[in-house]
Amino acid sequence: MADTKASAERPLSPHLFIYKPMLTMVMSIVHRITGFGLYFGTLLVAWWLIAAAQGPGAYAGISSFMSSFLGRLILFGYTWALMHHMLGGIRHFIWDMGRGFGPQERERLAVATLVGSISLTIIIWIVGYLFMGGTR
Amino acid sequence: MATGKMSTPLARVRGLGAAKSGTDHFWRQRLTAVANVPLVIAFVLIVVALLGRNHAYVVQTLGSPLVAIIMLLFIFSVTTHMRIGMQVIIEDYVHDERHKLALIMANTFFTIAVALASAFAILMLSFKV
Repeated sequence: MADTKASAERPLSPHLFIYKPMLTMVMSIVHRITGFGLYFGTLLVAWWLIAAAQGPGAYAGISSFMSSFLGRLILFGYTWALMHHMLGGIRHFIWDMGRGFGPQERERLAVATLVGSISLTIIIWIVGYLFMGGTR
Repeated sequence: MATGKMSTPLARVRGLGAAKSGTDHFWRQRLTAVANVPLVIAFVLIVVALLGRNHAYVVQTLGSPLVAIIMLLFIFSVTTHMRIGMQVIIEDYVHDERHKLALIMANTFFTIAVALASAFAILMLSFKV
């Protein structure tokens, strides 16, 4: 086994970049990327909880970072990634039930996930801003 | 699944695959995914309700039993889900055996540390209220 020569020129199966990008394929990749991003986004949740437990000083620190432009950008991205990964997960539940595999169904599910995640993100941020404007 | 003394070695390993745990990862990924849907919705509502509030209000809310329990469930379900998910990513892209093993260990350490730190903070907040 160890002596097997790998130098022979053998044809390889076509890889990812050979294919024309399709919505369903891009959505599959985005599902993994959003999951990867959310993995590190959980650090923000942990930081928020620890700061709250530490006291008013630490909490003021995370509050001022999160209300900065960079903080808001990260939070906006986190919100979208969370919504997209959640709706992508629901799409997987539908597939797990053995439904939604037809050519039109998959395309519609992909579009619904994308439109849903963007809409939910915008709605959450509008509600967030409305709440923040209220009594403190 | 036949695992008793009377079963043959083949019957004992059938369906368990190279990881010796069968579809356990797949199933746990689905189980936590189902739990994550209501927990993520609850988490987002909690965060939105606490936006811009002062520290005392945040402590009062996060430390109240219902919110604290929801947050603990959220943390455990999410960190379990992300540990399995990241392990799949590592196994897909890291082919060097030593690097793969080291990254899978780091993944376990990271997710357990995040889970424990968050849970500890939630409990601290609860005992402050």
